[in-house]
Amino acid sequence: MEHDIGLWGIPIAILGGAIRVSTPFLFVSLGEVLTERAGRINLGLEGTLVFGAMSGYATAVLTGSAWAGVAVAALAGAVFGLVHGILCSLPKVNDIAIGIAMMLFGTGIAFYFGKPYIQPVAPHLPAIPLGFWSDLPQLQAALQVNVLFVAGLGLALGMAWMLRATRIGLTLRVVGDSTDAARAMGLRPNVIRTLATAAGGAFAGIGGAFLSLYYPGSWNEGLSSGQGLMAVALVIFARWNPIACFGAALLFGGAGALGPALQSVGISSGYYLFYAAPYVLTLGVLIATSSPNRAMAGAPGELSITK
Amino acid sequence: MIIGEDPVLPGALEVATLGMTMRFGGFTALDDVSIRVAPGSFHALLGENGAGKSTLVKCMMGFYHATSGQMTVGGREARIADPRDAHALGLGMVYQHFTLVPSLTAAENLVISRRDTPAVIDWARESRALRDFMAAMPFRVPLDQPISRLAAGEKQKLEILKQLYLGRRFLILDEPTSVLTPDEADEVLGHVRALCAAGEISVLMITHKFREVTAFADEVSVLRRGRLVGQGRVADLGHADMAAMMIGTSAARTPLPRQGAAGPEVLSVRGVKARDRSGLKEIAIDALTVKAGEVVGIAGISGNGQMELMEILTGQRPAQGEIRVAGRPYHATRTEAQALAVRYLPEEPLRNACAGRMSVAENIAFRSFDRNGAASRFWLAGGQMRARAAQLVDAFKVKTASLDAPIAALSGGNVQRAVLARELTGEVRLLVISNPCFGLDFSAVAEIRARIMAARNAGTAVLLMSEDLDEVMELSDRILVMSEGRIAFETPAATADLATIGHHMGGHA
Repeated sequence: MEHDIGLWGIPIAILGGAIRVSTPFLFVSLGEVLTERAGRINLGLEGTLVFGAMSGYATAVLTGSAWAGVAVAALAGAVFGLVHGILCSLPKVNDIAIGIAMMLFGTGIAFYFGKPYIQPVAPHLPAIPLGFWSDLPQLQAALQVNVLFVAGLGLALGMAWMLRATRIGLTLRVVGDSTDAARAMGLRPNVIRTLATAAGGAFAGIGGAFLSLYYPGSWNEGLSSGQGLMAVALVIFARWNPIACFGAALLFGGAGALGPALQSVGISSGYYLFYAAPYVLTLGVLIATSSPNRAMAGAPGELSITK
Repeated sequence: MIIGEDPVLPGALEVATLGMTMRFGGFTALDDVSIRVAPGSFHALLGENGAGKSTLVKCMMGFYHATSGQMTVGGREARIADPRDAHALGLGMVYQHFTLVPSLTAAENLVISRRDTPAVIDWARESRALRDFMAAMPFRVPLDQPISRLAAGEKQKLEILKQLYLGRRFLILDEPTSVLTPDEADEVLGHVRALCAAGEISVLMITHKFREVTAFADEVSVLRRGRLVGQGRVADLGHADMAAMMIGTSAARTPLPRQGAAGPEVLSVRGVKARDRSGLKEIAIDALTVKAGEVVGIAGISGNGQMELMEILTGQRPAQGEIRVAGRPYHATRTEAQALAVRYLPEEPLRNACAGRMSVAENIAFRSFDRNGAASRFWLAGGQMRARAAQLVDAFKVKTASLDAPIAALSGGNVQRAVLARELTGEVRLLVISNPCFGLDFSAVAEIRARIMAARNAGTAVLLMSEDLDEVMELSDRILVMSEGRIAFETPAATADLATIGHHMGGHA
């Protein structure tokens, strides 16, 4: 091989994998941060992700435009979030139970409507070749950065700013931290939480569109391997901070790329074990951040799991 | 603002109520109360729990609409339909529990509580404005720390600063020191007093601590059972006068008739220490004994450790020290309680002594469901449970739709009766009771007191904690006064002197 770089291939493959694999993590976790900062947990984002992937792919096939697909996926995600938000605003409705129902509903309905779109090929989202300065093909491949990854980075920074320096952001945090204080200020917590859940759903839908329109880049029923659920763990890991979410998404993405990276340099035994790396990381994170006698630092006070 | 209306003048406001009356159905919570808070004065509103203090201030702030009566703000009549109107007039309230958002910083809390928060907050400008505001205040709070990291005293100071920041010129403080240490309380109230003296604000403070009234307030109004029973300048009044107004000397109850003399010692508490609910103060009971056939009443103003003592005795609060029942060490386990026949009627029985969603019959069976005579049982005897429950519901006149109704659906008095039915059935050696008649109607009160007395006459040792001094006087053989987490005073009921008891309740020996 002309460009044999030996074991250097592993970190380069992990870097490339991290950038590719992290985008859905990033969008779903940003959506979940928004929802949880308002005081609700939406476990249904896995279903939103899969439905976003399906609807985005179908739209791209039908219209020939990948961006139309992203828009439809976001819209579908917002509708899912809105349904979750409205249901949870009813008295005595538990957000976690509704989330699980929405997850099963989202994947089920995506499989049902997605059947005819397994065969057709949709246009892909464009990527920016940030590796142009290098003549290593491996590095060039690794630095093919998708537009949505850049958008996700911008979104993370924007959300961090919004939570700190805008009325909407502060209102969201008030509602997520203390329903009583929010009411005393004349805010309507349920309305704000529902809107936050809808926006969070839209983000997750975009994350789904990335799956089907860029990487892996096709629609099938095994498309998501639980990214939507892992993103919830990732939010806890990132302490509900959007910028930390970006780092955590890269970390989870890199862990997810470990198996394929090892495979690419010819390590063929036991690499299935490395495919489990993200899940092991999830478990490790949850154990490491747990405590028997206090609520987690940084956790919004109104979350049903931290109360 | 309505056109033609005068703008609110800067500086402290004068606020007065005229003949304020509030009825809830047939119950008069507030009866013709008129008080006037002069501009720049620190006015204390004193009274026991349920005296109508909260009702009065809620009427003033527009949370309640008074049945009759008027209010004036700055000398002119004001109609306050809801808290927004009150805020617009410059009236603000600091609640007993904090209303700050824990994860936001002090600065963020202040800015977001404003009604005109801009869509995009220019933090550089806001910080400058906040620093200028703070510089003009007599006390300071770190602005860039999340509230959850502030001490209770700092939070309370920030609550007060927030009201000033929002332009309020008349503040109602609802027991502002209940979560503070004495030092923090002195500091916060000292600052409030300085603000009053500077003519920035007028203050109406709800309290039941005499010490705070004498140390900080200019004037005091005393409420008792919804009526204004006394008013005056603090300088002219002593503790004894205020205690007398608060407790009421007119209708001092005499002990109920009773039979039999006290027997051997049943409960003995020695050197018990525990943290109080806020974790800041200590409860320390050096020695407390209750004999068979005796009612020992613990009087005290709420928040002086009675609740914690009850929790220690029921095993809800860890404590050091020695508790013995009938000579044997007692750790409030179910086995011990069963073997030694210890029973409880805690306050808020629905929360402390019931499983709200389980049925009345099941709740009544809590003491006996696993007993089969002297032995224990594995399979429940549903029929027996129901039969026993039916019999007790009948005997104690518990009003319930059915034995299978969840106990949470019952009214407070009926929950109380159901728990009393459970706890007073069978052999009872020691009965520990806390506020058994709080919030009950007259007939229920008489009946429950008669049952407690009957248990005493049958030889049960009774420890009664109550904020209602009349109740303590009526039922007790011996009266103890609890103050600041300690037993401050003891007297036989027969020769008890109300004024002395009131004096000790107020925390001044």
